Amino acid sequence: MAQLSKPMVKRPFSLRQQDARVAWLLLVPSLIVLLGVTFWPILYTFILSFQNAPSGINQVRTFVGLGNYLEMLKDTGFWETIGRTMYFTVASVSVELILGLAVAQLIHSRPWGWKFLRFSLIIPWAVPTIVNGSMWRWIYSADFGALNGVLMQLGLIKHYIPWLTFPNLAMPLVIVADVWHMMPFVALILQAALAGLPAELDEAASVDGANAWQRFWKIRFPLLRPAILVALIARTVDAFRVFDIVYILTNGGPASKTMTITYLTYLNSFSYGKQGIGAALSFLISFFTIAMAIIYIRVLYRPEEN
Amino acid sequence: MHVRKYLSKFFLSLITLPVLVFIFFPVLWLLMASFSTQVELFSIPPHWIPLHPTIQNYLDIFVPSLAASTVPRTFAVSIWNSFRIASMVTIICVMIGSLAAYALVRIPFKMNRAIQLGIMGTRMIPEVSLVLPLFMIASTLKWINKPVVLVVTYLSFALPYTIWLLMTYFQTVPIELEEAARLDGCNRLGILFRVVMPISIPGLISTGMFVFLLAWDEFFYALIFTSTLASKTAPVAISEFVGRYSVNITGMMAGGILAALPPVILAFLFQRYIVRGMTAGAVKG
Repeated sequence: MAQLSKPMVKRPFSLRQQDARVAWLLLVPSLIVLLGVTFWPILYTFILSFQNAPSGINQVRTFVGLGNYLEMLKDTGFWETIGRTMYFTVASVSVELILGLAVAQLIHSRPWGWKFLRFSLIIPWAVPTIVNGSMWRWIYSADFGALNGVLMQLGLIKHYIPWLTFPNLAMPLVIVADVWHMMPFVALILQAALAGLPAELDEAASVDGANAWQRFWKIRFPLLRPAILVALIARTVDAFRVFDIVYILTNGGPASKTMTITYLTYLNSFSYGKQGIGAALSFLISFFTIAMAIIYIRVLYRPEEN
Repeated sequence: MHVRKYLSKFFLSLITLPVLVFIFFPVLWLLMASFSTQVELFSIPPHWIPLHPTIQNYLDIFVPSLAASTVPRTFAVSIWNSFRIASMVTIICVMIGSLAAYALVRIPFKMNRAIQLGIMGTRMIPEVSLVLPLFMIASTLKWINKPVVLVVTYLSFALPYTIWLLMTYFQTVPIELEEAARLDGCNRLGILFRVVMPISIPGLISTGMFVFLLAWDEFFYALIFTSTLASKTAPVAISEFVGRYSVNITGMMAGGILAALPPVILAFLFQRYIVRGMTAGAVKG
């Protein structure tokens, strides 16, 4: 993630005020667009979250104060959804991070075909989320799925199994699909960071008698911390808002076992006709993601390393 | 010592095999299945490589005939819609985003930092927080089910992303170049269009690629704003068919492969830039 940049002020020959006018001129097109498609909508949603707002043309909205927020916080279904979303987030992000780190280190160790491996990682990342979701839905299919095919040919099952209909199995299967899609993202970021580390450090430690394991944890891992932070924040924020892959794989089912918070917000806003609740929920999503980003930065960011 | 090194390389190389299988097995299976007939797809045990491969699934999409089912006809239109929309978003974002990014990086003025923070902040807002008001405006303007609604709404995430990526790019343009141009009598706009933009073309193109991928991948707004054949994008077409039981599955698989091809090809062409863009942008659904 880029730092906020400080414009360079080293121009004795410039007319400051004229420059400021040019800056606004350059910014105006983007600012008008953002005003219309982000700033105004977010304000509107904020107001909506304090209203009882049934969808429909002639419905009257009434101000309910914190009513929508309180209604949700009292609802056990909401907390179950938060729990499920946390389950998805923690499980998928940690698997992606661990596998991603392992794959990055593997590439860094230069086995035969490491260039091909690095090249291959781009494929899952570039496949659109919806194509990825439907691909895994077909892989898990009870009628023709590759998962059943493989297990059958290995002699592990006798009949095809409808994998996605098992309530406790659905979420792990969604997580596998997400890991396939996004682990390469983490691996590529960390691999680039590893490649940027000075090789002399490693050699020096090696001369001092550190083994490969120690060199990884004591030398490279601490230096990787900023890159890990970037990957972790990006993945967590995305995973917490997961919608596409759940929509396409399970529709939130079976028995709501894969219903995540964005999906619940979508249903409230567009299926249950409770726009006020939907708006309040969407603000809670932002609140949770920002809170998580702050926690990560507090825990992992060490300014002296920058 | 030499033997030990060789052995460890050998074992490391063995580990890459399961990783490669994990990466390739799902897509290769999908690819194979898209070349089989519906009957063969359902055979148990599965035919990993179709015994009677056919390109009919692809032909149906490229040359839609009346005999073909709704699946290929829908894909032909929706992939074209995705392409139009993603291209428009990319062009608009790079055009206006590059101006904004340059101003934020190189011109000091009072609100500079506040605007940077505001743009960074919009990137934390989930789509679902914006969608209700956007839906109301779109209905008022009678934009629902028109491609323009997606071009405009996609700007909400694509434009901040573009500005952010280009800011990190413009930061790498040597300031001495600009000073030299200024001494030669160039004004600010002259510097931007005659010096900075021309040498930033690789950055503009790779940023454009990221924006295109982002817009191509988008699903949530597309799901809400479009449902007619004339307007829906490839992800929406896939999602509508995938839930139905008696649908042409191999046809959909071919459609899925086609929808995945443009981003995969783009990503390969721009390999060199991908990791840098990932680290700078760090958001992709």
